[in-house]
Amino acid sequence: MRIPCPCCGARGNEEFTYLGPAGLTRPAPDASEDAWHAYMHERENPAGMHRELWWHGQGCRAWIVVTRDVRTHRIEHAALARDPEAAR
Amino acid sequence: MRYSALALIRGALTGQRHWTPAWRDPEPKPAYDTLIVGGGGHGLATAYYLAKEHGITNVAVLEKSHIGSGNVGRNTTIIRSNYLLPANTHFYEKSLQLWEGLEQDINFNAMVSQRGVLNLYHSDAQRDAYARRGNAMRLAGVDAELLDAAAVRAMVPGLDMENARFPVKGGLLQRRGGTVRHDAVAWGYARAADRRGVDILQNCEVTGIDVVQGRVVGVQTTRGPIRARRIGLAAAGNSSRVAAMAGLRLPIESHVLQAFVSEGIKPALDTVVTFGAGHFYISQSDKGGLVFGGDIDGYNSYAQRGNLPVVEEVMECAVALFPAFSRLRYLRQWGGIMDMSMDGSPIIGTTPIEGLFLNCGWCYGGFKATPASGWCFAHTIATGAPHPLNAAFTLDRFRTGAVLDEKGAGATPNLH
Ligand SMILES: Cc1cc2nc3c(=O)[nH]c(=O)nc-3n(C[C@H](O)[C@H](O)[C@H](O)COP(=O)(O)OP(=O)(O)OC[C@H]3O[C@@H](n4cnc5c(N)ncnc54)[C@H](O)[C@@H]3O)c2cc1C
Ligand SMILES: [Zn+2]
Repeated sequence: MRIPCPCCGARGNEEFTYLGPAGLTRPAPDASEDAWHAYMHERENPAGMHRELWWHGQGCRAWIVVTRDVRTHRIEHAALARDPEAAR
Repeated sequence: MRYSALALIRGALTGQRHWTPAWRDPEPKPAYDTLIVGGGGHGLATAYYLAKEHGITNVAVLEKSHIGSGNVGRNTTIIRSNYLLPANTHFYEKSLQLWEGLEQDINFNAMVSQRGVLNLYHSDAQRDAYARRGNAMRLAGVDAELLDAAAVRAMVPGLDMENARFPVKGGLLQRRGGTVRHDAVAWGYARAADRRGVDILQNCEVTGIDVVQGRVVGVQTTRGPIRARRIGLAAAGNSSRVAAMAGLRLPIESHVLQAFVSEGIKPALDTVVTFGAGHFYISQSDKGGLVFGGDIDGYNSYAQRGNLPVVEEVMECAVALFPAFSRLRYLRQWGGIMDMSMDGSPIIGTTPIEGLFLNCGWCYGGFKATPASGWCFAHTIATGAPHPLNAAFTLDRFRTGAVLDEKGAGATPNLH
């Protein structure tokens, strides 16, 4: 699997570290136990398109939001996490 | 006697065409007392113990493909009970004890081989950690021995003891650990459950779970709707998808784990060895092939196949430990989908939905758990409440904070 880094181009996935799903919003410190539990533990874990965070640690060191079909490993889209487009 | 040398010889005259299926292939009934979703090791064992221990025989196991097509037929077959945390130690020890009597119980040769599991350590700190785990095991009545380097050298001659980076300093040995023929476990439980009246429905995918006013009443399947008041989910890597049909969101991520088999060689390794400086485990099957694996690939996947970086890393671990194995070719490689939980420990218990029970979160290690998982899940379904052996494996432990995190890695499924 090669990940198309917006800075470095297509690179082998061993250069990257995986964090998990993108778009989880950290609750306010005084948010309910339910909100924290959902954020910490509960995952959609879809069998299909998945937006996820990868870190290009052995390259440009940027955080990247990758949209990938987890049934085939086909990558549809990759954008810098700080880019507002990635937050779509 | 159905299976005997005589039957084989007699069958040779007629091209072995006289064998009949070992279990029935029934049509689904409109309703059952209990349904089990997932015909892997855990689902089949659950059905067997429901019938045997609790007398509940009006049961169907619903399997979307054929039984044994999931992780029960894809794993590296290692069994052991060398855990640190009490809840895990007692549960996995129950499982090992059930393995020890399994073949007599289900009258099926599962090739249970207690050839030992040896975890190597490579530093003083690691020795201390292993000594602590070994002591915890012994306090719980489980066998454990701490070996020094000389004892390891005598036991496993092929090891590179003086590896410059990670010399082998010794190992933690559980002699009662070992391997089991994985396919035979699926077939053996299937036949034994079938004999007690359980219907095994293959090519029967569950596509919906019917919940009315907070309780389950049945499922929708590719072979039609089936009613039941008690439903147990045991879908391993697909647990999130199946639970979502009942509106549940699980503390699970699905990840791919790969396994490898080499060409067959003469007996070279008579125990299971794990590397302490990388994640790697290896044994030799009775056919002669070396069976080995390492880490999960580390990202969400339902693909049942992995990528090359892990292949390379696993091979590097293999030849770092056993330099002689660098001359071997590997023959086969495949992947299975792991239900990685948020603390690395499983879930066997009730759900917020009445009549719906959950068995998932097995991570890498669910094969060794198969007998105890089925035994405890059957108890939970039959009585409506967990057995003391699975009382700690609740779904709500993540909410309350009573997690069972052997590694202390936190809520990071890909690191357990
Ligand atoms: C490569 C690899 C190596 C491993 N090595 C070891 C090891 O050495 N030791 C160890 O202890 N564990 C090991 N494991 C883990 C172990 O194999 C699993 O934890 C265990 O098999 C999971 O339980 P199961 O047997 O019930 O799963 P499975 O056999 O996967 O059963 C689940 C079943 O549910 C079915 N299903 C899913 N969705 C539906 C649906 N909607 N409707 C109907 N049916 C459905 C699937 O088709 C599948 O057959 C390994 C796993 C892999 C992949
Ligand atoms: Zn980059």
